[in-house]
Amino acid sequence: MSIDTAPGASANALDATSGAATGRDILHRLLMTLGPILAALIIAGCILLVVGVDPLAYYGYVLEKGLFSPLGIQQTLTRMAPLLFLAAGLIVAFRAGMWNLGGDGQFLLGAVTAAASAPVLVQVMPAWLALTCSFLISMVVAMAWSLLPALLRAYQGVNEIITTLMMTFLGTSLANVLVKLVFRDPGTTVPQTRTLPVEDRLPRLFDTTITSGLVLGLAAIIIVHLVMTRTAFGLKLRIVGANPRAAVHAGLGVPRLTVAVFAISAGLAGLAGAVDIIGVQGNVRADWNPAYGLAVIPAVFLARMNGFAAIGFVFLLSVLSIGGESAARRLGVPNHFTLVLVSIMLIVLALAEYVDHRYNQSRKA
Amino acid sequence: MPADKRDIVALEGVTKRFPGIVANDGIDLSIRPGEVHVLLGENGAGKSTLIGMLSGLQQPDEGRILVDGKPTPITSPRHALALGIGTVFQHMMLVPTLTVAENLLLGGPWWQRPRTEELEARVAEITRSLGISVKLHAKVSELSLGEQQQVEILRAMVRNSRLLILDESTSMLTPKGIEELGALMRRLVGQGLAIVFITHKLKEAAAFGDRISVLKLGRKVGEIPPERFRTLSEQEIISEIVELMFGKQKDDPEAAERPTRTVRADAGPLLQVADLAVAPTENAPGLSSISFDIRPGEILGIAGIDGNGQKQLAEALAGQRAATGGSVRLEGTAIEALSVGERRRRGLRYLTDDRLGEGTVGAFPVSINFFLKQVGASPFWRGGVEQRAEIDRRAAQLVREYDVRTPSLKTPVARLSGGNIQKVLIARELAEGARAVIFNKPTYGLDLANTLASRQRIRDTAARGLAVLLISTDLEELLSMCDRIAVIANGSLVGTVANADDARTKVGRLMIGLAA
Amino acid sequence: MTGLFSEVFLGALLFGAVTAAVPLLLAGLGEQLSEKAGVLNIGIEGMMLAGAYLGFLGAFYSGSLWLGFLTGAAGGIAVALIMALLCVRIGLNQIVIGIALTLGLEGLTALLHHFQFSRSYPRLPAADATVIPLLSDIPVVGPAFFKHHLIVYLAVALVFAMGYLYRRTQLGLNLQAAGDKPAALDVAGIDVIRTRTIAVLTTGALAGLGGAYLANVGAGLFIPFITNGAGFLGIVLAMLARGRPVWVLFGALLFGVCLSLTTAMQVAGINIPTDIIQMLPFLAVMIMLVLFGRRASLPAALGIAYERGAR
Repeated sequence: MSIDTAPGASANALDATSGAATGRDILHRLLMTLGPILAALIIAGCILLVVGVDPLAYYGYVLEKGLFSPLGIQQTLTRMAPLLFLAAGLIVAFRAGMWNLGGDGQFLLGAVTAAASAPVLVQVMPAWLALTCSFLISMVVAMAWSLLPALLRAYQGVNEIITTLMMTFLGTSLANVLVKLVFRDPGTTVPQTRTLPVEDRLPRLFDTTITSGLVLGLAAIIIVHLVMTRTAFGLKLRIVGANPRAAVHAGLGVPRLTVAVFAISAGLAGLAGAVDIIGVQGNVRADWNPAYGLAVIPAVFLARMNGFAAIGFVFLLSVLSIGGESAARRLGVPNHFTLVLVSIMLIVLALAEYVDHRYNQSRKA
Repeated sequence: MPADKRDIVALEGVTKRFPGIVANDGIDLSIRPGEVHVLLGENGAGKSTLIGMLSGLQQPDEGRILVDGKPTPITSPRHALALGIGTVFQHMMLVPTLTVAENLLLGGPWWQRPRTEELEARVAEITRSLGISVKLHAKVSELSLGEQQQVEILRAMVRNSRLLILDESTSMLTPKGIEELGALMRRLVGQGLAIVFITHKLKEAAAFGDRISVLKLGRKVGEIPPERFRTLSEQEIISEIVELMFGKQKDDPEAAERPTRTVRADAGPLLQVADLAVAPTENAPGLSSISFDIRPGEILGIAGIDGNGQKQLAEALAGQRAATGGSVRLEGTAIEALSVGERRRRGLRYLTDDRLGEGTVGAFPVSINFFLKQVGASPFWRGGVEQRAEIDRRAAQLVREYDVRTPSLKTPVARLSGGNIQKVLIARELAEGARAVIFNKPTYGLDLANTLASRQRIRDTAARGLAVLLISTDLEELLSMCDRIAVIANGSLVGTVANADDARTKVGRLMIGLAA
Repeated sequence: MTGLFSEVFLGALLFGAVTAAVPLLLAGLGEQLSEKAGVLNIGIEGMMLAGAYLGFLGAFYSGSLWLGFLTGAAGGIAVALIMALLCVRIGLNQIVIGIALTLGLEGLTALLHHFQFSRSYPRLPAADATVIPLLSDIPVVGPAFFKHHLIVYLAVALVFAMGYLYRRTQLGLNLQAAGDKPAALDVAGIDVIRTRTIAVLTTGALAGLGGAYLANVGAGLFIPFITNGAGFLGIVLAMLARGRPVWVLFGALLFGVCLSLTTAMQVAGINIPTDIIQMLPFLAVMIMLVLFGRRASLPAALGIAYERGAR
């Protein structure tokens, strides 16, 4: 059971590593990115008009609360930390042609693991060591959670879309079970894990409320980008993604690379969960599921799986969601609107690329 | 050219352009009932495009197509069928998961129940008059290529086609199958059908045709009408066609002189294969007890009908396909347990026949495609980190050395022509350290210039003292290059003959299952 | 523990299982149709949400459940139309667009619901059941299987209708060819794009219907994210059923029992976190995939846009 819908196939045309960018190219690329975003804002604005909200006021408020207010920008940058880890994980998977749609399950299990281990570990060892251990355990747990889909895809050819979706449903439930039954804090009536004291969490940056997890997230995604574009390992993964048969022909160990891809991708998702808990939340409440995993997918597509562009789109996504959350409280527009906006962006961008491609073809003819 | 009343289909000044090329340039053609009209030309001469327009897959940019004397744009495959134009495509157009009957029924009005009984009666009638037999209730995936082709011809007949187009129909057939197809075509035109027969083989054109049109680089360069055709002998027809196709040289340019290399008889074998076996899979035959030796400087050919295990043999030798038994020795060392990469490092190289499917990553730049099989190797990668300058330097060198025509090193390899992609692959496989090279259909789909260049590369390779295994379905190619030719059928080698004067007959006999 | 095995409990459990299974069944049948024709429809969750929302709207304002089903199916078709235009006609990546549609409809229906109903949360009256005489008198099984809304029986009948369609009709042949070898269908004179478009739109109708059932009959109201992964379950069912509608039915019932068990256990006052029971169907599927995954086959051209003349 396998499908030839390798994301690589669509990514190739967008592969930013092929060819040196000239000035015109950059301008063209900028236009191809900003144009669709603007169009999406207009279309989504029409939806706001329909429900009786002034789009300009809404967008203005979102920008103010998510970007221009000192508190908002700090929240936005803090929100980016887990999203960057998730995006890094997706870039590895998508570039290698594997649809890891199980990010949410891996994220939650990583989060629960961190919430369970960190408060205990800080009592027996120095904080820096405790947090490091906690990160590592979260990563390993998330990796283990991806092992079954990885093995099924690598050795049985079972399509990973369904298996990772299954595992994400399972993982979400399992995370809840763990919070409610195993790691529940006996000290509170609310079902939640023990809370990591604020002073033991990741330090904040300078005099702000921004978590230093942001730096870790930026480092993760930049490292992933460099590994994917500059190293032999990254090239091997890209070959597997762009043409799996060529990978076999070239003698690459495709099954082992597949397992590695899943492990890295899930490990980064687990780290995303850990960085959110250890850096920001401090504990996991029962039934907590921010569904970052699915929300980040469009950002990665929009970035054409380029790490640096992904930073930009994750920033945009964070602005929209932080601003959207404020707008939900103040303007009464639920932050679900962000989902609408992002998905319209994705569709418009795909359309724009199609039109651009067609135009280029007809010009050559 | 004024349309003749006898034409059921006529082309007038038909031109079709694609990005960068003119595929058809002002083609005139007249197709008449009771005639086999042979369209002859090399790969890239524009035959497929012409078929595409006749079968409704593509529309001409200029000129017009007349059906029964009236200008008729053929807008879709459905329209072509309605006009009585049936096509047997080079790539089988049958659904493998459906039965023969279901395939024949495909295309009926969607609200209807498939009319199986009606079909059975009709098929019985047609097969009787043509003298063929077809297993109606077998799944297409279980049929041989020849059988599938008969199904396709049958399908055209079931649909009451007046014009049958056969696109490179002989490329998959045994010599015997080709003869049968020829006889079938004669019976069909005897029943008043018009046939367009596309081929690039001169002998078939002369043997089965009534009228021959020669295409070259998108233009029609000549025609032998039936009146003249009947007055000429086969040899005269061939030499006239050769003149049309290749200009003033009288000889068939492909029939280069036989190899003059001398293989040192006392040299030990470089590549030894003994009792190699591979298990069959759902869509590929297995291999059983394959044994052969190749000495340094020797070219061993593998002849056979496509799909008899050639690809499996190549893949098993290269390590891409698991062998179930037997041994492979390179310079005396057993390598059958080694990985693809390790075999390559020891000097065993495999030039695949599927250049875009597995040979290259189309979206990657030319430069990277040179090193697909060496990812991580020094000096192009150090400590796992790409050394771009080193890669570009070596790639530029290979581009010069192998005369790859590419706009730049960064051009995605899929944008190059087939011949240039093949040069990239050849450069990659012959690069430093090659000891034994497997060439799988190295000239398939190339134009003449690139075909001749590739063949010269292979000869040079052998002359450098390497062992060469040349797998080809083109018997002429093998006869012009090999020292010995082995014939593969159903996954085993049925015989090996030295490439002497009687090799052609011997190989032909082996291919149809007779003793050499 | 008598409560667990009492007739009433078992009856309620099975009744709930059927109710929970119907949306999955419709989604699974729809997805199967798309996949058969070569389109991987990841946007089915979005189609179900559109169906649930518009279905509820239709039923709420007209007062007719049937009109609700109609508007629900129309909602599903509307989303499917976008999918057909983008993925079938101009050949954009089916997974990217599918994810975008699912996310977009999640947001859009939640947004619209917020502005219309978030204060009142109106409910529909309980759906009328069509009681099948005689059969419904059988203890346990009768009330569980034969006292449902008419649409439930129609959905089951659809299973057999689809089976007939795939194996016995010209359209069935066309669909299979569109998924396995579209070029062969094209040269046989059938428009591949049109065949696939019909398949995707029908999928939309079925998914929309499933969503409308979920909202109007299952819950009696619309709440944001009401489908809660039902569309994704439909994809799983379709992939596991390998082109056989009956298997979709069995799979949907299996999931239905597990979903129903969660509520039934709560009612019975058994203290197991519902999360554990919710994991059961997924565990079952993973085990089945481990055991039989290799043998599952998908259409050869699944996920690949068809372009005439391209090789």
